[in-house]
Amino acid sequence: MLRLALVGTSHHHAPVELREQVALGRDEAQALAARLAGEDREAVCLSTCNRTELYVAAVDVQQAERDAVAELASLEPEVEPALYRLHDRAAAHHLFRVAAGLDSLVPGEGEILGQVRLAHEHGTTGLLLDRVFRQALHGGRKVRAETAIGESPASVSAAAAALAEQVFGSLEGRSILLLGAGKVSEQAARNLRSRGAEIALVANSKTERERIHEQLSAADVVIASTNAPCFVLEAATVTDALRRRRGRRLLLIDLAVPRDLDPAIGELDGCYLYDIDDLEEIVVETLSLRRREAERAEAIVAAEAEKFHEWHASLDVVPAIASLRARAEEIREAELLKAEALLGRLDESQRRAVEAVTAQIVNKLLHLPTVRMKQAAAAADGVLYAEAVRHLFGLGEDER
Amino acid sequence: MAELLFWPALLLYGEAAVGYLGDVRHPGRAGRVATWGVRLGWLTQTALLGVQAARDGGFPWGTWASSLDLFVWLVVSAYLIWGCRRPYRLLGLVVMPLAVVLLGVARAGGGTGIGSASHYSNLFLVVHVGLVLAAFAGFTLAAALSGLYIWQERRLRTHPATILRRQMPALGTLDALALRTVAWSVPLLTLGAAVGLVRLVARSERLDALIAVTAATWLVWCAYLVLRLLGGWTGRRAAYLALAGFALVVVVRLALPVTHFA
Repeated sequence: MLRLALVGTSHHHAPVELREQVALGRDEAQALAARLAGEDREAVCLSTCNRTELYVAAVDVQQAERDAVAELASLEPEVEPALYRLHDRAAAHHLFRVAAGLDSLVPGEGEILGQVRLAHEHGTTGLLLDRVFRQALHGGRKVRAETAIGESPASVSAAAAALAEQVFGSLEGRSILLLGAGKVSEQAARNLRSRGAEIALVANSKTERERIHEQLSAADVVIASTNAPCFVLEAATVTDALRRRRGRRLLLIDLAVPRDLDPAIGELDGCYLYDIDDLEEIVVETLSLRRREAERAEAIVAAEAEKFHEWHASLDVVPAIASLRARAEEIREAELLKAEALLGRLDESQRRAVEAVTAQIVNKLLHLPTVRMKQAAAAADGVLYAEAVRHLFGLGEDER
Repeated sequence: MAELLFWPALLLYGEAAVGYLGDVRHPGRAGRVATWGVRLGWLTQTALLGVQAARDGGFPWGTWASSLDLFVWLVVSAYLIWGCRRPYRLLGLVVMPLAVVLLGVARAGGGTGIGSASHYSNLFLVVHVGLVLAAFAGFTLAAALSGLYIWQERRLRTHPATILRRQMPALGTLDALALRTVAWSVPLLTLGAAVGLVRLVARSERLDALIAVTAATWLVWCAYLVLRLLGGWTGRRAAYLALAGFALVVVVRLALPVTHFA
């Protein structure tokens, strides 16, 4: 029977220096999966900045696992002690957690779901890996739909963008005034731009005061993160600009320490001022919300993993069930043939009725044994039951 | 029959009001249950109004109590257009308790039963009462939107860490929706009131207190439109003006109708 194995490393087990050695681009990951798969195996390589994982499905799962370890070790020998190895149910459960964002650095982050989808598309999949990845993607989408784990921002830059949406609604065409160009302010600006806003001006120092004042009357969002020792924007300047704005709202995000924006701006009508502490408090709160939602998400993931396990276990008994049904059908057809002399006198509709009745008897007789065998398979007794059925009904004896 | 429909409608609206309250504390399921309460309650009340119209064979909402019944239906209808969407659920916290109270008052005044047919012509009542009530329903919704605006604006100013926990409509959206609602409602009130005035003049009847306060209400909402469209008023100032306009709507609907309908 096909079994599932996972070999990989992630931010939980390896530092970035090690992870970057085994991180693969899309084409490299695809090539590795193809190399690992061969004729009788399936393989998928999931490589992101936080993890590189190889999923293999094979009858000889031990050998497949050794090959996967060798592939990763060939990229960086020192990675071997940091590798985790999981099998079957545990491997599937891990993948489901990954797809749901529960194994991510920030719980519930949404990017991983797309990365799992791409890995699946570029992998060499068959019956088992196709099923487990499809179910992982389904579970990931379900978690995002049924919990609030991914709804709130998990970084200062995302919080700034979410606040802008709370003030303006759609950010399409909104104008950003960027004062200074620190890393976080750039990220915040990028986040706003990805939602449709446009950068009107990037001003780096107080010497551009004229241009800043000019842009202030047109901008919707001001993001400040200069190294200036005193305020870059004072309340009087903003008050002056407000007269020209005709009541348009202004969101000001101050990411600098010491602060760039006069706190008195926050008192002005139509101005909403947030400093770095405000944003960090919001992020801490939303992360705690994500952690609470993660508990609900874990339950969804566990249920999906259980479904997969039942399906996987049923593979043990599927050949026996198929043989049993084939044998029953064979007997039914043979008996109908024997009764041909009698049935020949029946018209077409009567004949169809007899065929339907006999088929129904066979189906009803086999329904319960089929269900019981699948249940036994889920409880790890599938092989025993399959053997018993083969023995009792003499399945496969003709071939012997 | 009307009795059989009144209580389920009231209970469903009540359930919605409680549900929205629960949604404030724990956003999610309570809000969804409340939304279904609004939908089913509205359907039940629609059936109630249908029965009233069928039994009375005309326009049965000519008395102040029965007009309150119709008013509640109009407010909930306006709310149903988009109020049940997740970001706007908090509006239900304003609209649904109001609907419950007004429906209760309508019943206490005998406005939810059968036999409220007026001696006025159906056409006059449909145009005058129908349009004025529709306008008042619009103002009620605009006031609820403005209340939500003030609440959300205050939150944005006080920077609570939980500001992003609840999905809320943006300030800009609330502001624009309130304006749009008022822009539809003012012409309705103008037309409805004009029809009433023409009849008043034609019959040489006297002005009463309700007509005077309705005129003041019309002036406030006209001022709202003018100040917003020409004076550049937005945000908090406009929201407070909308609440002032709504206070007059409350006076017209609850405090003075006896003088007019008598």
